[in-house]
Amino acid sequence: MTLEKEQKKNNLQKVYEVIKTMASKPSGLIGLSILLFHVILAITSPLYVPYDYKAIDPSLMLQAPSSEYWFGTDSLGRDVFTRTILGGRTALTVTFFGSLIALLWGGALGIFCGLVGGKIDDVVMRIIDAFLSIPWILAMLLIVSLLGTTTLVLIPALGFFYGKGIVRVARAATHDVIAKDFIVSARARGHSNLSIIWNEILPNVRDAIMVEGAMRWSWMLLGFSSLSFLGFGVSPPTPDWGLMISNARGLMSFAYWAVLAPIFGLSSLIIGINLTADAFAKALGIDRSTKAPV
Amino acid sequence: MDSAVQTINNLTIGFKSQKGKQISILKNISTTIKKGETVGIVGESGSGKSTLALAMMGYVKHGLYTISGECLFHSNNLLEMKNKDLENIRGRKIAMIPQNAGQSLTPNLKIGYQIDEALKLHTDLKKEERDKKISELLNKVRLPSPEIMAQRYPHELSGGQQQRVAVAMALAGNPELLLLDEPTTGLDVTTQAHVLELLNFIAKDTGTSMVYVSHDLGAIAQVSDRVIVMYSGEIVLDGPVRSILKNPIHPYTFGLLKSIPKLTSPGLPDSMSGSQPQPGTIKTGCSFYERCNLAEDKCKNNSPTLEYIDDLNTSVRCFKYKELINVKETNLDSVKSINNDVLQNEILDISKVSISYAKQKFIDQLLNKIDDSNPTVQDINININKGETLALVGESGSGKSTILKSIAGLLKTKDGMIKFDKDKVLSNDLKMRDPGFLRAIQLIFQNPDESLNPNHTVEEIVSQPLRLYFGLKGDELKQKIIEVLEKVRLGEFYLTRYPRQLSGGEKQRVAVARAFAAKPDIILCDEVTSALDVSVQAAVLNLLQELKEDFGTTYIFVSHDLAVVRAISDRVAVLYQGRLCEIGPSKNVYQLPSHPYTEVLLGAVLEPDPDVKPKLVAEDIVEEKPPEQGCSFQGRCPRILGDICKNEVPPWQIGENGNSIRCHIKVEDLKKQQNIN
Repeated sequence: MTLEKEQKKNNLQKVYEVIKTMASKPSGLIGLSILLFHVILAITSPLYVPYDYKAIDPSLMLQAPSSEYWFGTDSLGRDVFTRTILGGRTALTVTFFGSLIALLWGGALGIFCGLVGGKIDDVVMRIIDAFLSIPWILAMLLIVSLLGTTTLVLIPALGFFYGKGIVRVARAATHDVIAKDFIVSARARGHSNLSIIWNEILPNVRDAIMVEGAMRWSWMLLGFSSLSFLGFGVSPPTPDWGLMISNARGLMSFAYWAVLAPIFGLSSLIIGINLTADAFAKALGIDRSTKAPV
Repeated sequence: MDSAVQTINNLTIGFKSQKGKQISILKNISTTIKKGETVGIVGESGSGKSTLALAMMGYVKHGLYTISGECLFHSNNLLEMKNKDLENIRGRKIAMIPQNAGQSLTPNLKIGYQIDEALKLHTDLKKEERDKKISELLNKVRLPSPEIMAQRYPHELSGGQQQRVAVAMALAGNPELLLLDEPTTGLDVTTQAHVLELLNFIAKDTGTSMVYVSHDLGAIAQVSDRVIVMYSGEIVLDGPVRSILKNPIHPYTFGLLKSIPKLTSPGLPDSMSGSQPQPGTIKTGCSFYERCNLAEDKCKNNSPTLEYIDDLNTSVRCFKYKELINVKETNLDSVKSINNDVLQNEILDISKVSISYAKQKFIDQLLNKIDDSNPTVQDINININKGETLALVGESGSGKSTILKSIAGLLKTKDGMIKFDKDKVLSNDLKMRDPGFLRAIQLIFQNPDESLNPNHTVEEIVSQPLRLYFGLKGDELKQKIIEVLEKVRLGEFYLTRYPRQLSGGEKQRVAVARAFAAKPDIILCDEVTSALDVSVQAAVLNLLQELKEDFGTTYIFVSHDLAVVRAISDRVAVLYQGRLCEIGPSKNVYQLPSHPYTEVLLGAVLEPDPDVKPKLVAEDIVEEKPPEQGCSFQGRCPRILGDICKNEVPPWQIGENGNSIRCHIKVEDLKKQQNIN
């Protein structure tokens, strides 16, 4: 067997072992099952929704939950159950790819800054600090109102704003290994910076960055829903939890069901991701409790 | 047994494995510490010596528990006492001195305050009495001007001084028993000798019993009355220091003493094969069976008991000790002398090299001002011949690692030139260096835990230079990796292992394999054995010597351990504060007359022999910066002449034996002075 093949087998084995460790604790098992449930729901829900999510029927306005409409209907007479199980699809897709982008650029820039140090590092980090000081939601509103609310704008924009924190985590993790002798040894052998990053640093900081990315995902989900809530996320009539909460919140006093269902959907997904990320961190041996969110 | 301070009966401490199996760390330990006695506990890492010392304070580490037995302090079993009662004993009756005093002192509290705290806790003295006592204690541990010292913070003291403060704090409660866990391990040779001498004095002065835990037989020899040798959680030998160190009757101790390099007998020491068994792996038989030269079938199946031999006053756990009783000399006949083919072919020429860590100020750079600050390393001239082993020796801060780094290109030199293979100038900048030169110079580091990527398998680690320099791939690469691993006595079996699955010696072998995979001309060894156990150290030294004989490699060997340097090197350069003091063939440097600093260093070396006491010549001061002008050693020199040493850089003189000495004192005068003392 060649080195590469063995490596692949090793990696698969490692993933399997990590998932097994995560599922061995109740909190990890609960988190994983909630997340899995949401993912499966998001993929398969269009196959079995009971009603059309955009069918407006004024005669069915604000029906209380019944055997026919499980979660009741909203102010336009649309079925809340249908819209709730469909409502996670956009949010999950946008934030999944968004956090992937955040992970990639944040991780790459962080490792690069940690490795080269010096003036370049100083300048880049001050720029990141400057961006961190801008309220992200205001900046997002600006971008979205200039470029529109399509997913192609939302994914990179969210990915950019949530990647800033990852830059710092990746840089700090790189600093931990950069002083170690195996890096010095690689330098003395004359490896290129790219080869040092890929072979020596990445395997040692990968875990920390991945855990950070998982946490960012849940925050991004909340952020995306906030945008929708403000009317800058997905556009109606696409079902989305943030938008649903926003539309139904005025009627909360007498039609609580129209708000409760999307809130339940959103919060359970966030809790699921959070529990999973925590279990993931513990399975990899990283203590998140000592780190404040950046 | 009125005089017994502590009695340990059949103590077994262990933990439960994940499968619920009970695994013992300490097995049936029984011993007695008498009043006024100093007992040394020796063993390699993992032998259970620290666990035993902690149990003597009634403390069992988290995760471990007492399986059976008792630890009696006078007549109270410490291991069954409540925490509250233990508090009254710890500090007052039994005190502990930790390994790293710098880390155990609170950094933001003054020394005086910290000792006062200990006094408040452990005595009933009033404020004025305590103040007096603080000065008294600091005086007792021989710190200069106690009043000023008490006002200092821990970081303002040197490592040796911090250790002295730790001793003072331990003495605050007038303890009956003092436990010392590797108290001198992190210290420089001269400082170590001073601290040990202090401990000896205190033991005699106060009549305190001491338990001295160490892996260093040299230190143990200096302080102990009795020595307990531990192996794999068992006491294998227990007796008076002289009989243990001069005529060890257990094969483990015998091998251990043989594997220590000594100043008096040059050449490589014998190494012991194998390593200590992991806890829980030995089921039946003697735990030393696999490494023992004398072992026979009986040893495999029956566990020997600790047998007391009356006429030697020694207990030994071995069936075959009788064979060792009459073997007197432990070292002389077995030493292999090193024999290198040194060609008069210069491979590296270091000329007038200075290195400075100080950064030039931005404004000075703009104004093109010449940086005239005092460089860390100055005026280094060394020629190294092909096939030679050159050792750089000195205490911490002497600049030996700095020079190594600049040869490897990791640090820029300020002045001077390093030439490779006669006329090829090595660039100051690593990136500008020719890949061929990078291949030709390889590094091996002190700590293999740090120098091997924890996320790489052994195969990946060794493949790095092969892929980089020779572009090997696939089966050819794998073949070559196995070949290199076999050279360092590791088989194919190790390919898929991660560093954490290897023992310390195995890890260092992997690091050696990685360096040799590049087929280098020069290997820079930075304290390569100081993180290893004694028996492993000997094995690594032997391996390096064999590889050198096979490949004709040149070594530049940095170490603070003069005995190790004596064993492996052809030529020695002694450094102090980044300046060369003496250079010459090793057998000549190790003989007087020599530079006063070499003399101090040689005097402080601890031999594992209770009859050879270190000679303490110079004051135990630590200098942080080299002096602006004059001789680098002026601050500590016991033979200082006067103003000439302070103002003028001393000239090189050729010593009697062909070694070069840089000193103002004439060689003839040095000879006279050093022979008198």
